Amino acid sequence: MIPELGNLALILALCLAVLQGTLPLAGSLTGNARWVALARPVAVGQALFVTFAFAVLVHAFAVNDFSVAYVAANSNTALPLVYRITATWGGHEGSLLLWVQTLALWTIAVAAFSRQLPRATVARVLAVLGLVAIGFLCFMLFTSNPFDRALPAPPDGRDLNPLLQDVGMIVHPPLLYMGYVGFSVAFAFAIAALVGGQLDAAWARWARPWTLVAWTFLTLGIFLGSFWAYYELGWGGWWFWDAVENASFMPWLVGAALIHSLAVTEKRGAFRNWTVLLAILAFSLSLLGTFLVRSGVLTSVHAFASDPRRGLFILVFLAIVIGGSLALYAWRAPTIGLGGRFALFSRESLLLVNNVLLLVAAATVLLGTLYPLFLDALGGGKISVGPPYFETVFVPLMIPVLALIAVGPAVAWKSGSLRDVAVRLRPAALLAAVLGAAAFLVLHVTPAVALGLLLAAWTLIATAQHLVRNLLHAPRGTPLVARATRQGAAWWGMVVAHAGVGIFVIGVTLVKGTETADDVSLRVGATALAGDYLFKFESLEKIRASNYVGARGTFTVTRGGERVATLYPEKRFYTVQQMPTTEAAIDRGFARDLYVSLGELTKDGTWIVRVQHKPFMGWIWAGALVIAAGGLLAAIDRRYRTRRVPAADAARAAPDIAIPVPSPSRSA
Amino acid sequence: MKRYAIPLGIFAILLVFLGVGLRLKPQEVPSPFIGKPAPAFTLTRLDAADRTFSPQEMRGKVWLFNVWASWCTSCRAEHPVLVDFAKQATVPIVGLNYMDTRDEGGRWLDKFGNPYALSVFDADGKVGTDYGVYGVPETFVIDRQGKIRLKLTGPVTPEIIQKTLLPLIRELSHA
Repeated sequence: MIPELGNLALILALCLAVLQGTLPLAGSLTGNARWVALARPVAVGQALFVTFAFAVLVHAFAVNDFSVAYVAANSNTALPLVYRITATWGGHEGSLLLWVQTLALWTIAVAAFSRQLPRATVARVLAVLGLVAIGFLCFMLFTSNPFDRALPAPPDGRDLNPLLQDVGMIVHPPLLYMGYVGFSVAFAFAIAALVGGQLDAAWARWARPWTLVAWTFLTLGIFLGSFWAYYELGWGGWWFWDAVENASFMPWLVGAALIHSLAVTEKRGAFRNWTVLLAILAFSLSLLGTFLVRSGVLTSVHAFASDPRRGLFILVFLAIVIGGSLALYAWRAPTIGLGGRFALFSRESLLLVNNVLLLVAAATVLLGTLYPLFLDALGGGKISVGPPYFETVFVPLMIPVLALIAVGPAVAWKSGSLRDVAVRLRPAALLAAVLGAAAFLVLHVTPAVALGLLLAAWTLIATAQHLVRNLLHAPRGTPLVARATRQGAAWWGMVVAHAGVGIFVIGVTLVKGTETADDVSLRVGATALAGDYLFKFESLEKIRASNYVGARGTFTVTRGGERVATLYPEKRFYTVQQMPTTEAAIDRGFARDLYVSLGELTKDGTWIVRVQHKPFMGWIWAGALVIAAGGLLAAIDRRYRTRRVPAADAARAAPDIAIPVPSPSRSA
Repeated sequence: MKRYAIPLGIFAILLVFLGVGLRLKPQEVPSPFIGKPAPAFTLTRLDAADRTFSPQEMRGKVWLFNVWASWCTSCRAEHPVLVDFAKQATVPIVGLNYMDTRDEGGRWLDKFGNPYALSVFDADGKVGTDYGVYGVPETFVIDRQGKIRLKLTGPVTPEIIQKTLLPLIRELSHA
């Protein structure tokens, strides 16, 4: 009975979403204030029904209600409660419900934190979110209902995929979805602006914190997925350029471009068309990612059940949402105007280059991801595009991005002096060059590693210089706190995120360039070497848990005779799903990770063991976290939370319902 | 005005491809090689750079020729299926380690098990080109006379083994 309530809640949510997507929008265009006023209550109601449905599904998992087909397919009585609850989003239907639930959370957030916005804008933004919700609710109700019954109920469920029985996997999908779906808010703001014809600095200031928060979540989500792959897949790899990974990376790249573009639109009124287009693209790529993952058009390690009917549904949905918004863009963008002018050498022009590079990078990832599909569609057969392509194409694009990341903040808006900037950054450039050359000559790293370190040093030094310069640049006697708070949180976020990029690049460069890995067959008592670390296979014991059996090895690691770590890798066999998994053991350190994973047991009683020494692996994770911290810092800038409507905005907001059609002269 | 419609145009093209992509059956690709003798080659073995292998050595046997690479994610999905298949030991599988490195390839087999009677090492992909390999994984069924009888693109699944491979192998073995 309870699952039927969940189903009913979804249907009611759909009905409310239809109201939410139509009346407020129509009201904002016709000046019907009552319809406009409907936006908030209807949106909140829709979100609450979705939340109720989600709670019902969680409950079905918690109480082992195997009469629900989805629960039976993804859970088991032997599964610990915490994994039973997180199994809610372990399969296709539940993932969709999580998607809609996330959209509901964002909708509530917009409804709650939009008091300072003009009513018509809020109505339009919520309406666009409602239209997106309609699509996903229909998709769920018509093709992938998580509440479908399987009667008579099976006595026990098929269990959750063992790879997903992990803390990282509990948090990864919700964070990723918060990011994906969060871009729907920026998207809704962009569409609202195109519909209303109002695209100005105030618009960019509203859209910015939402975009920053979404992008921060996406950063964390990607980070966790990668972190999980590193210890759970048992290879020691952390990024595979897999279709599903790419699906999350493309919106991230475009989101990064959007954040920078929004800054220009807010500060200088320029790049309006760009910004709107990027907002549409970021969300479109999120939707495309959902399509690629859920339709099964691409084969991937994340193999999800594919169903052509589902694929077709999402395709039609994509056509309507993305096609519709791009058509709206083609129609309305010409009236928006270009905004402020700027010189060839200015912060605007550098940010434009940054935007183009990030967009091209996203396009190359898209091309690599879809190339197998294109070729297949043209009758060329099925292929797999692997890391060789992505590394050849993507990495060179990142070199100019890294070179510019340190320059941008040093250049003035509107018109910068090339000579001033060159003089100012010369010490940082020289120092970075010296460090890169030293790494090459003294540490004998490869030229590629030296280049990576040089760019990372350049980013970090120039960012630090920018920071110090800003702290010093104040009247004598100003206390440090005052100096630090003189710049807003957005500026601090920028500094932190750029530093995070530098840290990340150091990690990637050193791991890629200097890691050592060896696969050896070992008996208990034997040793293997990785780098200058000696791994000794001390012992092996049997383990048994509620839903798996397995073996746990004990390894001691020594370096120059000195004991460094003791590691316990496991090989598990999940009995219900009949699936083996590898639980790698990792000793994480500041300057290196030591990694052991148990492979197969061979016929003669030896184990295939993978031992790895990964220098500066932790810096990859640290870099990603620092980047996310920068995003969060920027999002909490006080300027975005001012309750009062600035006079200029108020003047524009008042006649808002009468839709002012912008003339190019106003935006000049 | 027109340039604002460019994103829409690109998306329309993308949409057509995605639509076609949905209708494709990944496994069914006709090959001009069916019924033709398997192209000859001599390559070194993956596990021993000093030993070579040629398809002529398999004359008189029905065998599978499977193209794989350590960088190929679809191969990872396919691999356990091949390992299972090899345990039943109906016919030998020869692997073509395609555009890979010896280290990575060897490590991969150690890690995930080795279903192959042997693998040959095709570093520059020349042999793959001779066999018309579009991508990885691909699997060829070669009969006693050394002719290619079937080509599968994409990962082999248990269903394909039961419904396609085993009946064909039975037929070829008795012929």
